[in-house]
Amino acid sequence: MNGRRSYFIITCIAFGFAFLYVPILSMIVFSFNASKLVTVWDSANSPTLKWYVSLLHNDEILDAAWISLKVAIINASGAVILGTLAGFGLARFSRFRGRFTLNAMTTAPLVMPEVITGLSLLLLFVALEQTIGWPAGRGITTMTIGHMTFSMAYVTVVVQSRLATFDTALEEAAMDLGARPLKVFFVITLPIIFPAILSGWLLAFTLSWDDLVISSFTSGPGSSTLPMVVFSKVRLGVSPEINVLATLTIAVVSLMIVGVSFWMARASRLEKAT
Amino acid sequence: MRSTRKLRKIGITGRGLVVALPYLWLLLFFVVPFVIVLKISFADIDLAIPPYTPLLERVGKNSLAIKVNFNNYAFLFTDSLYINALLNSIKVAFISTLFCLAVGYPMAYGIARAQPSTRNLLLLLVILPFWTSLLLRVYAWIGLLKANGVINNVLMSLGLIHEPLTMLYTPFAMYVGIVYSYLPFMILPLYANLEKMDWQLLEAAEDLGCRPWQAFYKITLPLSRNGILAGSMLVFIPAVGEFVIPALLGGPNALMIGRILWDEFFSNRAWPVASAVAILLLIILVPFMMWYQSVQARESAAAR
Repeated sequence: MNGRRSYFIITCIAFGFAFLYVPILSMIVFSFNASKLVTVWDSANSPTLKWYVSLLHNDEILDAAWISLKVAIINASGAVILGTLAGFGLARFSRFRGRFTLNAMTTAPLVMPEVITGLSLLLLFVALEQTIGWPAGRGITTMTIGHMTFSMAYVTVVVQSRLATFDTALEEAAMDLGARPLKVFFVITLPIIFPAILSGWLLAFTLSWDDLVISSFTSGPGSSTLPMVVFSKVRLGVSPEINVLATLTIAVVSLMIVGVSFWMARASRLEKAT
Repeated sequence: MRSTRKLRKIGITGRGLVVALPYLWLLLFFVVPFVIVLKISFADIDLAIPPYTPLLERVGKNSLAIKVNFNNYAFLFTDSLYINALLNSIKVAFISTLFCLAVGYPMAYGIARAQPSTRNLLLLLVILPFWTSLLLRVYAWIGLLKANGVINNVLMSLGLIHEPLTMLYTPFAMYVGIVYSYLPFMILPLYANLEKMDWQLLEAAEDLGCRPWQAFYKITLPLSRNGILAGSMLVFIPAVGEFVIPALLGGPNALMIGRILWDEFFSNRAWPVASAVAILLLIILVPFMMWYQSVQARESAAAR
């Protein structure tokens, strides 16, 4: 990069990252503000941790977080199984009946507006309950099914693109040496795509943890998730406890992302070295 | 061995079993639901649980009557609210997509041309907000944009304005929110595309006398067409049906179709009307989804 163009590009990048990060930083800063007005800095009593303490005593938020955690963990585990199977099928079997449909069904949830997915899932659950009596009412089960349906699509993309970039020679060699397909998958393929599966799990977890719309449609009484509680609070305006929640979320996510990318960078260096 | 051959004869293979599970799952929980939405969009609103009339009705002893009515659709086209909301959503999504492209393209370009070590760091910084809650990031803008929010406080303390600007609950706030939330979806496919670019082409063009902007216009831009299309679809399609951002930043007058659907469903309990809105929205968005899929197929074919 040289000359005038590079200044232009650097300015654009600086502006773009400022745009992405100023809102996040402002939430972090104001989570330490003593004032209940949130964005008006009370310099006499700040910084303070009092909203952190009050968040830890907010049972409504803690209960919702517990439900969200359960749904997110079950969802991520289920989505990883379904998504890995779909991604493996799409990447390794070049022709099979229904390939086009499977491809379409795993691409569409990525762009489908959530209100449509949410509404359609709810109507399905209601129709199923009327005809076969399952699921009886709505709650954690129906929410988890809803989350798995859209987050498995993301896992599929991640696994599929990882499989597309690695050489099939290793798998073929193992087959030539007499290993059965199932064994090849568990001994060769799975360890190689493990980083993709791990990031797929984390992605599915966060998608579920953050989801508001599909949860609102498919949840029942007494199963409000964290985003649902946050949404109803935020609709009434800013609240210091939400800033604390945001700061904690950002801290956990950043640690996780940095940790995983370090681990992956090391793994790929090792892979290249051997 | 013999048993697997027998299974294969009746059409059961290992391969089939691998794809059958995700296939059946998506069929049941992603495709069948749309059929039910279609069905209920032809039903009547009823004061029952669930709040719609059945399509099949027993008439006399042994016959069933199918009751299909187009009232919900007729209603959507007679009340200007719905069509206006739909047109407005398309407009908002389109303009937001252009802004995302304008902000995202130079960023993706700069990241793709950066040194490999800086590149990974910059990419990480693009992905990081995408992993933190959308709801919380939209919430952050309430704090920035409101009357006694951060932007107004800063501008007033600098003496640039004397009265707070009204920014929150305006179309401006909604555009900012959508561009902000969907920017990573624009940058990532663009970056994936630009990263594969052969930069020597640009040098060759400059050697042959092209000015840098000419080289960009004649080479980089056409070659990144698929990246532009993929990124634009990833922003445009979900933005048309967006609910959270207009609900939190757009104020009561922000006419967005996703919000109308939500209100019909949750506030009015008009399930059949909400279904008809969903079907109408799908009819508009499915062509774009198919376009997106064909762009993706071209991209992955080019990568091989």
